[in-house]
Order: sequence, then structure tokens, then C-alpha cells
Amino acid sequence: MRTQSARMGDSLYIYLTGELDECTVSRAREEADNAIDRSTGCSRAIFNLAGVRFMDSTGIGFLIGRYKKLQRYGMRMYLENPNPDADKILSLSGVYSLMPKL
Amino acid sequence: MNEMYLKFLSRSENEIFARNVVAAFALPLNPTLDELSDVKTAVSEAVTNCIVHGYRGSEGWILLKCKTEGDFLHIEISDDGRGIEDVEQALTPFYTTLPDEERSGMGFTIMQTFMTAFSVQSEAGKGTKVRMSKQFGAKATEDAR
Repeated sequence: MRTQSARMGDSLYIYLTGELDECTVSRAREEADNAIDRSTGCSRAIFNLAGVRFMDSTGIGFLIGRYKKLQRYGMRMYLENPNPDADKILSLSGVYSLMPKL
Repeated sequence: MNEMYLKFLSRSENEIFARNVVAAFALPLNPTLDELSDVKTAVSEAVTNCIVHGYRGSEGWILLKCKTEGDFLHIEISDDGRGIEDVEQALTPFYTTLPDEERSGMGFTIMQTFMTAFSVQSEAGKGTKVRMSKQFGAKATEDAR
């Protein structure tokens, strides 16, 4: 699992690559949170999931956790490019109502 | 018919191992990529439960049994951990006993939704056993009708 981030204008982009599960989530959490803490001037964070090859409900918990953190900073959260498998569990768990898909 | 048993420690690095083993075992049934992904996700959920809930704070064995039967794959995942006090409550979507840990409470819901059949047997202090089955080609059969 790899987490990379980039700032463009007032948007923070977080790119996740790999398999997001119980084993990889703590590192992803730490890296995403560091990126968010460094970008508190941004108005929104966009999580790009194109590189996520596998994700289970631990990944949903991870995304909801980041959503709550971003909320405390007054930042909105969006998701982009989930693969069809990730899209299926994201839809099932209703997270798109909190963090819309771009 | 084919059958396999696998016993492994409740370490999170074994999640990827377990789901890939089951996927490889299922390959002779010619699953679609979607079906395989459903199975891998459901296995990952069940194994996560053993690690995070069953053996919380300790280490123990997880037993994975798989059997193929016609176009069905049957999976049983069990632990000797702390068990579930109220199974019905645990099955409720978004219910979690660990709200402070960013748990989504969606594990059982995902297993139920992604698999053709699902059941869970548990008692406090007596471990948990999840049984689930996937019928491959079920959608193709439906579509052909």
C-alpha cells in the first residue's frame, strides 16, 4: 500500500495504491493524515482510488475516519476513479452520500 | 468435488494470503472476475473479524475450510476466540463494538450481500464459525432464462 499526495490550487489530492485491508490500513492512515495536516489551507481533499486493487470494509472505515478528520478542518472530501470492485462496496456502504464520487 | 483445509495465525498479513488461497482454489470453477472479487472480499471480512474481534489483543489459530461442489464453492472460516454475544445485533449494518477504531460495521453485511449463502454460529467465549457459499455462473444462468 502506497500513499502519495499532491496539492493543486486549493485541492489536496491523495493517491492510494495497493490493497487496502487490516494489514495495510494503519500506514495508509498515518500517511493520509500527515498529508491532511500539512494541507489545512485547502478547501477539499480528493482521494484517488485508481490504484486500489483490493478493498474491504476496513477501507470503508479508513475513508470515514479521514472524512471526520477533514470535517474538523472544514474540508470537503471526494473520491475519484474507484475500480468496479471498490465501487461496489463503496456504493453498498453508502459512503458516496458523505464523500461524492467525482 | 475438491476440498482443502488451511490453518494460520491471526496476523493481519495473513488476510491477503487467505483471500488469495481461496481465489486460487476456486479457479477450476471458472469464476468471473466479479465473482472472484466478491469471494475475496467476503473472505477478507471473515478473517478480519477473527483477528480484530475474535482474538482481540492476542494471537490464535484461524481455520479455513473450502469445498467445491458442482458450481458451488463452500467456505467455512472459524476461530476459537471470544465469540459474539448477540449475533443478531452483530449482523445489523453499521453496528460495531469498536466505534473508536474507525470500524465501518459493514463486514457481515458485505459477506451476506456478496455471497449466495451465509450463516454465522457463535457464542460468547466459544469462538465463531462463518459459513458461506458462492454459486458461480448464477448470474449467467439467470440472464440466459
